[in-house]
Amino acid sequence: MSEKKPSLWIRIYSFFVYGFIYAPILILIIFSFNTQKLNIHWEGFTLHWYNVLFADKQIFLATRNTLMIALISTIVATIIGTLAALAMHRYRFPLYNASETVMYIPIVIPEVVMGISLLVFFVMIKTTLGLTTITLSHIAFNIPFVALVVRARLHGYDKAIDEAAMDLGANEFTTFRRITLPTIMPGVLSGAMLALTLSLDDYVITYFTAGPGSTTLPLRVFSMVKTAVTPEINALSTLWVMIIFILLVIGQIAQRRRV
Amino acid sequence: MKSEYAVEFHDIVKIFPTPEGGQVNAVDHVSININHGEFFSMLGPSGCGKTTSLRLMAGFEWPTSGEVVIDGEKMGRRPPFLRPVNTVFQNYALFQHMTVFQNVAFGLEMEKVTNQEINRRVNEALEMVKLPGMGKRKPKQLSGGQQQRIALARALVKRPEVLLLDEPLGALDLKLRKEMQLELKALQEQVGITFIYVTHDQEEALTMSNRIAVMSKGKALQIGSSVEIYERPNCRFVADFIGETNFLTGTVKEVDKDRVCVLLTVPKQELYGIGFGDLHPGQTVAVSIRPEKVHLEDDNGTQVEDRTGEDNQLKGRVAATAYIGSDTRVIIDLGDNIRMKVWEQNAISTLDPEAYYSTGDAVRIIIPYENTLVLPEDIA
Amino acid sequence: MISEQAGEPPKAKFSITRLLRENSTAQGFLLISPANLYLFVLVVLPLIIVTILSFLSRGAYGGVEFRFNLTNYARLFDPLYGKVMLFSLGVGLGTTLICLLVGYPLAYFLAHAPGKQRSLLLFLILLPFWTNFVIRIYAWMIILRSGGLLDSLLQWLHLTQAPLNLLYSPTAVMIGMVYEFLPFMVLPLYTSLEKIENSLLEAAADLGAPPWKAFLRVTLPLSVPGMIAGTILTFIPAMGMFVVPDILGGAKTILIGNVIRNQFLTARDWPFGAAASMILMLLTMVLTLYYTRKAGFGEELLV
Repeated sequence: MSEKKPSLWIRIYSFFVYGFIYAPILILIIFSFNTQKLNIHWEGFTLHWYNVLFADKQIFLATRNTLMIALISTIVATIIGTLAALAMHRYRFPLYNASETVMYIPIVIPEVVMGISLLVFFVMIKTTLGLTTITLSHIAFNIPFVALVVRARLHGYDKAIDEAAMDLGANEFTTFRRITLPTIMPGVLSGAMLALTLSLDDYVITYFTAGPGSTTLPLRVFSMVKTAVTPEINALSTLWVMIIFILLVIGQIAQRRRV
Repeated sequence: MKSEYAVEFHDIVKIFPTPEGGQVNAVDHVSININHGEFFSMLGPSGCGKTTSLRLMAGFEWPTSGEVVIDGEKMGRRPPFLRPVNTVFQNYALFQHMTVFQNVAFGLEMEKVTNQEINRRVNEALEMVKLPGMGKRKPKQLSGGQQQRIALARALVKRPEVLLLDEPLGALDLKLRKEMQLELKALQEQVGITFIYVTHDQEEALTMSNRIAVMSKGKALQIGSSVEIYERPNCRFVADFIGETNFLTGTVKEVDKDRVCVLLTVPKQELYGIGFGDLHPGQTVAVSIRPEKVHLEDDNGTQVEDRTGEDNQLKGRVAATAYIGSDTRVIIDLGDNIRMKVWEQNAISTLDPEAYYSTGDAVRIIIPYENTLVLPEDIA
Repeated sequence: MISEQAGEPPKAKFSITRLLRENSTAQGFLLISPANLYLFVLVVLPLIIVTILSFLSRGAYGGVEFRFNLTNYARLFDPLYGKVMLFSLGVGLGTTLICLLVGYPLAYFLAHAPGKQRSLLLFLILLPFWTNFVIRIYAWMIILRSGGLLDSLLQWLHLTQAPLNLLYSPTAVMIGMVYEFLPFMVLPLYTSLEKIENSLLEAAADLGAPPWKAFLRVTLPLSVPGMIAGTILTFIPAMGMFVVPDILGGAKTILIGNVIRNQFLTARDWPFGAAASMILMLLTMVLTLYYTRKAGFGEELLV
């Protein structure tokens, strides 16, 4: 790849772009410790807003819901998506093209459209909107992403190792369990991670399928933002950012270790 | 050993669909009987059906028609894990997420052998392939040659009746390949089981095998020992594929049992040779003459004598020579752009330039009758 | 070894196992069935319902009248909603264009960064986008507020006298959208630029092209696939956005996404909302089809 150093202007420019990207987040974090409520000037250091945050029952509920939904939808979507990826990679069957198209629909259509279509559907079959409908919806959009990631990782899978296992006496199920699955596991985990992230972060689809009683973290944050600006939101945001950051760093270290 | 043969193909046909929508006969009515304890090679260019045939034996493919029989039992549509054969794969197919020990032990685990027994047999197998103590390593830590041996050990540890090998030495460099050829042969003799070996390298097949099946376009053209295949090829393809040879085209003039008189096209001359297959007068044939099976004489201008029944003679001029050391390779121009390769052994050690042919010399090629093979153009 | 009569292949215990084993088509079909079924019921079916819905009318008491008509679609093109559609298109195009202009130099910078730094720099670009996106928009809200941070900063620098009232305006929405979609433009551009071999530029220089010409005639054309990919990844989602306009745009700035949202949750005119969704979908499908035909689906982008 190119060794030529980009010009000074480009480097300065890029520095400012990075600044543009990070400024909002840094401001959030800094002001989460601010005694003043309005996020305009700095008045003093305090952890007051964090206390408010931890005492907030609604936030607690929302977090619990978000985690539960993410966990369940990830597990289900990963299983279904992995099986689908295997099917598309190895076999030819009737409706192959149709299946592939259907698989890509949730990725391609705007989230709003998927959200309202699910809303209409659930209302039509007279299901109460709540945590269940949210979870079902999350599974729906997670399956294609898992399938996509696993399928990409399946490229270059050496079919011969499955044949070798069968040659040595393993039937189809044992081969899948002892050979295929362990070999594709990194890809499956990647897909699961993606599904988890998408689910934790989802706002739009959750918004339409949530109904009055239930709430998730993104939903709660949104309503807090719309009602009043309080640094409690800053505190929440800061914690969120910190947790994500720590997880990412752990992820990177784990990857380094394995290699 | 309850049966006459280790592996049998009864008129096997295997058809594959082509991407364009047509069909291809990967294996086209092949019948083979392989003996117990034999080192049997299937030899041919890529696409000839040798690998497909191996996979039909292993159970990775099922025949479109015909029967695969292993040790007297018809295999039908039996999957690989129910067949008494094991395979060594071309790219080894080692399980990357397991250690060497676990790889070799896998087949024994499937047989539900006790841990103690597994231990013993795995170590035994590793010793047999000369890699003792490698148990704890992972496959990617091994060299190509070592991986190949682990693949071998993994298959042999199960003591199958037949071992199938799919071009196992293809990925190794030349020197290693030659070493492994000898080792494999020795191993086979030591263990005593039937080896069925697929390769496109005819030298390899000739060196290692008891018998060879030469295949092309899905058909088994000739099955025989190395000597039979080399000395008495039954068609042009086999003669061409194995070793080096010269081909002269002509038509059959007369047939007297297996003694055939051929009128060559160029040069216009009659030759007598041994005929193969059902030859009849007027048929176009290819006369195969191996370059080492003739010798040269100076042409002193006398008439070509009629040496009926014994040697054929052709006249020409030396077009080029190459001194190899053990022999001299001479290209002779027979006229009309037809050339022949002749390998003269340098039997006498001399520096005398007169003893060696040079470009432009007029020569006679003496071809003994037994070395003149009259072959049909190709077995249909 | 399974023992059986001499010469007979063993009969499998269950014919289902045998059927599956011998029939790879059946195997494949079975494996994809869970996905197919689930997605059919929860994605295809709902979309079909929405399509049908778009041709119906809102009933007198909030229900639905089963009378097929095109009034919803007609209404979408009338001055009121027509303006919204044009505005959405404008915002989508504007976002894409600005992201392209802002992102290109950055992608260039990344593509030319030395190897070790590069993965770190890429990681740094992606890091903020691992946080929840509502939070990020909230951050802009507090920056852009009247009397908020930006105002304070500009006034302190004596660049402005009075508050700018940036929040709740199209400008704010644009800033928010660009902020959201920048990585979706930068990454494909980076991938494309990264593939351009240095030797091509050296050849151009060797043949007499000054750097700016080499850029224009070599680098730029070769980065077009990346531009196309980035455009698709930016424009399509931007069109369907409603969160950013909702938080940063206030009542004045409305996009198609907001219209759809309102019809379904506030106004309760579902058929009309369905029609708006169909229009949005159509635009999306057309663009996606165009791209997939041109360059194959970008699986690599995801990985």
